[in-house]
Amino acid sequence: MATPVPVAKETWTGKIREITLGATPAQGGTRGSTVTIGGENTLPFLHFEGQIPHRPVVAVEILDQAPDDWSPVLSEAWGDVVQDVGAWAKKAEELGADLIALTLESAHPERGNTKAAQARKTVRAVLQATSLPLIIYGPGQAEKDNEVLVAAAEEAAGERVALGNCEDKNYRTIVAAALAHNQLVVARSPIDVNLGKQLNILINDMRLDLDRILMDPTTGALGYGLEYTYSVMERLKLAALTGDSVIQQPMIVTVGYEAWRSKESRTSEGVPAAWGDFGRRARLWETMTATALLEAGANVVVLRHPASVEAVKQTIDNLMSTAS
Amino acid sequence: MGLSGLVIYKLLPKTNCKECGFPTCLAFAMKLAARQVELSACPYVSDEAKAQLDAASAPPIRLVAVGAGDRKVEAGNETVLFRHEKTFYHQPGIFYRLGDDASAEAFAAQVQTIADYQIERVGMALSASGVAIENRSGDAATFGARVEQAAKAGLAVILMSESAAAIEAGLKAAQGAAPLIYGATEENWEAMAGLAAKYKAPLAVKGNGDLNSLAALTEKLDGKGVQDLVIDPGTRDWAGSLQAVTQMRRLAIKKNYRPLGYPVIAFPGANANDAEEEALLASQGVAKYAGFIVLDHFDPAALYALLTLRQNIYTDPQKPIQVSPGLYEIGNPKPESPLLVTTNFSLTYFSVAGEVEGSGIPAWLLIADSEGMSVLTAWAAGKFDAERIAKAVNTMGVLDKVSHRKIIIPGLVSSISGDLEEELPGWQILVGPREAINIPAFLKQF
Repeated sequence: MATPVPVAKETWTGKIREITLGATPAQGGTRGSTVTIGGENTLPFLHFEGQIPHRPVVAVEILDQAPDDWSPVLSEAWGDVVQDVGAWAKKAEELGADLIALTLESAHPERGNTKAAQARKTVRAVLQATSLPLIIYGPGQAEKDNEVLVAAAEEAAGERVALGNCEDKNYRTIVAAALAHNQLVVARSPIDVNLGKQLNILINDMRLDLDRILMDPTTGALGYGLEYTYSVMERLKLAALTGDSVIQQPMIVTVGYEAWRSKESRTSEGVPAAWGDFGRRARLWETMTATALLEAGANVVVLRHPASVEAVKQTIDNLMSTAS
Repeated sequence: MGLSGLVIYKLLPKTNCKECGFPTCLAFAMKLAARQVELSACPYVSDEAKAQLDAASAPPIRLVAVGAGDRKVEAGNETVLFRHEKTFYHQPGIFYRLGDDASAEAFAAQVQTIADYQIERVGMALSASGVAIENRSGDAATFGARVEQAAKAGLAVILMSESAAAIEAGLKAAQGAAPLIYGATEENWEAMAGLAAKYKAPLAVKGNGDLNSLAALTEKLDGKGVQDLVIDPGTRDWAGSLQAVTQMRRLAIKKNYRPLGYPVIAFPGANANDAEEEALLASQGVAKYAGFIVLDHFDPAALYALLTLRQNIYTDPQKPIQVSPGLYEIGNPKPESPLLVTTNFSLTYFSVAGEVEGSGIPAWLLIADSEGMSVLTAWAAGKFDAERIAKAVNTMGVLDKVSHRKIIIPGLVSSISGDLEEELPGWQILVGPREAINIPAFLKQF
């Protein structure tokens, strides 16, 4: 007599907060639609044991100046559209992006050192060019981040943009700007559950509501630290689902930036023949990193290659499909 | 997992004879539950009790081996649902499905391509495990001939047919190569069980998407003494497969549910249009519990990515690979050759060493003890600072072997230049590139 298969469902007591990016005219913004992430009360894609009301989404990263050091695979895929940030945003939207992640790269001291005024201009141009909600990243240098993100927050008042990155060494100014202009923030911690929690608490202590904080655990690409990110995300997700309310935040991963730094995606010279077709390898470096991190609980995946948008959205469709 | 002391106690003689060395049977039972003593210490336990206790202390997921030599795949014996809880132990074998209806020459070429494929990553040689040969010809002799070709090439082999005659031909042809039979169904399980027993071969069980019927089938096979089983839940879609394998792993590990306590075989190619799509579904298999992954599209780029992912997921989180600190010679450096310093995280070492080698410029690579952390992580944790680097310089033979006093530090830690100047008086601190890929260009203008 066959032993009946026991039930393998877990009971989770917590759920991920829902966060909405973007605001339509009725809500005080100018976005064509909003994007809501989070809300799941079970592990990634385990539809049989809970609700997953919002699918993970894809953000496409664009820069405010044409990149001169990108992998040829990436540059060739975008072509000339990278010369104009508005055109680039439009193209990204056409490709099916759910969000635009705008990096104010030119503000970096070593790459243009542009100021708040330029940041405002850029943000205005992108808001006009696309109807999608925005994530706005500074150049990744503390003083300049503060300068341009404050300007961006103001320029994008009413639009519910996410400002990134808040880190433990530099978050106050950005959080203050988010508070002043009703924006959201991305809180980045260095692949550590406790540090991630701590940063959320510090930001929340400044009176920014937890439903305005996306968590970025810091992304390691395939072969370059992926498993560290993967495991810290699984740990964060499990803690969130078992009731740790300070880390019940949707997670965002910067797959594009990390994957396209790798040797695998940048060069085909002096590499073993077994590495195979350059273009395919380079794209897979991004899409396989994205897939692994979706399985670990990513709610927003930031990508760079146009073809990755479709591949990752298809993967998300497949994972969200409840029909066998 | 494992029986509790009380449950074990019920199976013991309960005479308190003390011959096991413990005062009571209950005390002995508690020790057994904690795996601190062997059942053999009790001279009076019944055969029935022995069998029951053995079953309960067996690993929750059977360890099944396919293939021989360095292509051998062992899957199973996992103990956790998440790698961070401990580690994943047995990485999945990667196989390519080939039809036996190709000509002998074409088949030989395919087999050779798969057998020849090898890459090295972080000092480890990685390759595919073997082939899954599908009996598309419908002819047992043809099948046997193709299997023989694959076995001779040293590859691990999965025999794919529902016909007992074909499978037997394959088993005969693959003697010594420890093939996996794929597989048993409701219709053929008795015949397949017979072959599995006769040839001592592991047997895959084909599910149809329903875990209850799969469990019933494995129980029938177990009843016939066939225990080296591999299970195919029968799902081919992303969400269905993920949910099926998650349930099976949970049942085995958390509920010690035996009928689904076997390694899993996955077929990501079934719904994929090309190698890239297939590689992504295969990566779900790597991350989520597959023991054998059978691909339909051979593509070096896709295989390289998948092997890298497998290496990443199956690295023991508690033992991130490190290299020994010391002064390494890359390409026969002379005393006046450049000196670079970096951390002893394996990936860092191999990235930097690889770039230096690729530059064609011989150099000294000083590896400081950063407790296995990467440059940025170690720096943030205070394990890669001026003091440590100076110590490495002064204690690892640099002063004898390097005639100049210039040291190149990773660009990511440029902020320590000042401190390092103080720790190494008379030395010139050069800030190298932030990315290893820019090392060759940097060295050329050294």
